[in-house]
Amino acid sequence: MMLRAFRRDHLASISLLIVLLFIFGALFAPYLTPYSEEGAGSPNTANRFLPPSGEHPFGTDYLGRDVLARVLYGGRSSLTIGFLVVAIAVGIGTPLGALAGYFGGWLDEIIMRTTDMFLAFPPLLLAIAIAAALGPSFVNAMIAIALTWWPWYTRLVRAQAVSLRERSFVEAARGMGVGSVTIILRHIVPNIFTPVLVQSTMDVGGAILTGAALSFIGLGAQPPTADWGRMVSTGRNYFLHQPWYGTFPGLAIFLVTLSFNLLGDGIRDILDPRSRRAG
Amino acid sequence: METRLLSVEGLKVQFRTYAGLVRAVNGVTFDVRAGEVFGLVGETGCGKTITGLSILRLVPPPGEMVSGKIAFNGLDILSLSQAEMREIRGGRIAMIFQNPATSLNPVFSVGQQISWVIRLHRPLTANQAEERTLEILEAVGLPDPPQTARRYPHELSGGMQQRVMIAMALSSDAELLIADEPTTALDVTIQAQILTLLAQLRDERGLSILLITHNLGVVAETCDRVAVLYVGHVVEQGPTREIFKAMKHPYTRGLMAAIPRPGSHGQPLPAIHGSVPSGLERFLGCPFRPRCSWAMDVCEQKLPALIPVGREHYVACHLYTEEEV
Repeated sequence: MMLRAFRRDHLASISLLIVLLFIFGALFAPYLTPYSEEGAGSPNTANRFLPPSGEHPFGTDYLGRDVLARVLYGGRSSLTIGFLVVAIAVGIGTPLGALAGYFGGWLDEIIMRTTDMFLAFPPLLLAIAIAAALGPSFVNAMIAIALTWWPWYTRLVRAQAVSLRERSFVEAARGMGVGSVTIILRHIVPNIFTPVLVQSTMDVGGAILTGAALSFIGLGAQPPTADWGRMVSTGRNYFLHQPWYGTFPGLAIFLVTLSFNLLGDGIRDILDPRSRRAG
Repeated sequence: METRLLSVEGLKVQFRTYAGLVRAVNGVTFDVRAGEVFGLVGETGCGKTITGLSILRLVPPPGEMVSGKIAFNGLDILSLSQAEMREIRGGRIAMIFQNPATSLNPVFSVGQQISWVIRLHRPLTANQAEERTLEILEAVGLPDPPQTARRYPHELSGGMQQRVMIAMALSSDAELLIADEPTTALDVTIQAQILTLLAQLRDERGLSILLITHNLGVVAETCDRVAVLYVGHVVEQGPTREIFKAMKHPYTRGLMAAIPRPGSHGQPLPAIHGSVPSGLERFLGCPFRPRCSWAMDVCEQKLPALIPVGREHYVACHLYTEEEV
């Protein structure tokens, strides 16, 4: 039933397709391109800056590497950042938010004032500061972004937990002698699954974008690892004469981010019929 | 005398709110005997539900029990630890609520929810709990237990949902069931079925029931004894038959007069003039005085005590004195 509703939502279906395509491309990059060594980083200076052709559909870069191969390999770091950041953020945010919302009182104050502290900084600026302090590397960029991301889940989950706490099935569970931990695990968390799923789907796109922004300024994955943000950053220098180098990774960032957002929208519409678009 | 299963004595519950101190329950005293249905009747906001929740020590903050004693089978409820209290809740005293649709977790099947409650109070394996779930679903009159157990709450009708709630409440052989407006959200025909089920469970299992309701019709049909509450005070208490035959308190009379009857069509329904005072107001005398047609000087100065006016029949009103009995 849900699948059928999903198929009727063309935008979400196309988004899902694009997302799956990118995941597939990242997973099977070595088998999809004849230039897998170049994708992984080894230069081939004889072929510098070849324009897009049958042999190199996206052209080659300033070290003669196939851009398509680089984009496929770059998807690995971008998608990893996207999924892991959101997983960490959900992993930290959900339990904290559920505790704060369910118990209220001083625990709520401590948790929520801490999240307020994190939310007081512009997220990108905070991520840059943390990544710079930890030193530029792929893992550090991920940690930096995740640290700016969890407070949003804490707030989302807390708001849901506060409203669920007052629902009669929670009261009924208390009346049956169920303990607080069990109530949170069985009655609160399963019932906030939907909004968290929607939010996290959209956030994968946002996290990829932030990850690209960090590597654009040199704080993300380090060369020779392929990375979309860094490719755009380097491609900028050659943009006037060799536009393909910066354009294709830029398009990849754009497509993946947009797709995750539309996919999140689609999932929300399907799971919550009230917000379904007219027509 | 029959054994007292539950006795509540001088229970006072207050809520400290921004608007001031709300006195929700002001010295309520009653007892429930083994194997009887005891009714707690009153208007919305008279403290019925809070009294029910107090027995399970589930009064929501900022409410607190200020004074009073609650004894269950000789056990002092108010002195138990949290862990002991959790054993009591659902294990020996169970509670069901007004709206069965929202009393069940929407994301799990009803069978699963019942078996959780069973395993919470008994050391059974998953399979044993499942068997017990089917037995109990059968006992509350649900058709095709294996099929019903697999259903989700939204797939059941309101009456079936309330039967599931009752099944859950009975799953660990509770001795006392607190039923808070169990039929209010249901159609009249389904109401009758649920009340019949409760009466049947009382007869077959010796279950005692504290029935909280605003519906005098429900009381007349099911309760053995009844207490009438008015803004947190018991104003009249006694065997149902006695109360309906010879009600004493002006408030009870007013309630009874306000029930539409066949033949009264086209005539205005007698109503109690005025409205229920909020719990914020403090009374020196009788809480019902501002709305009472028989109010006297003494009613302004002294809170009437519950005095016997018949066999097990008590009333709190200055119109009556013990000598009249």
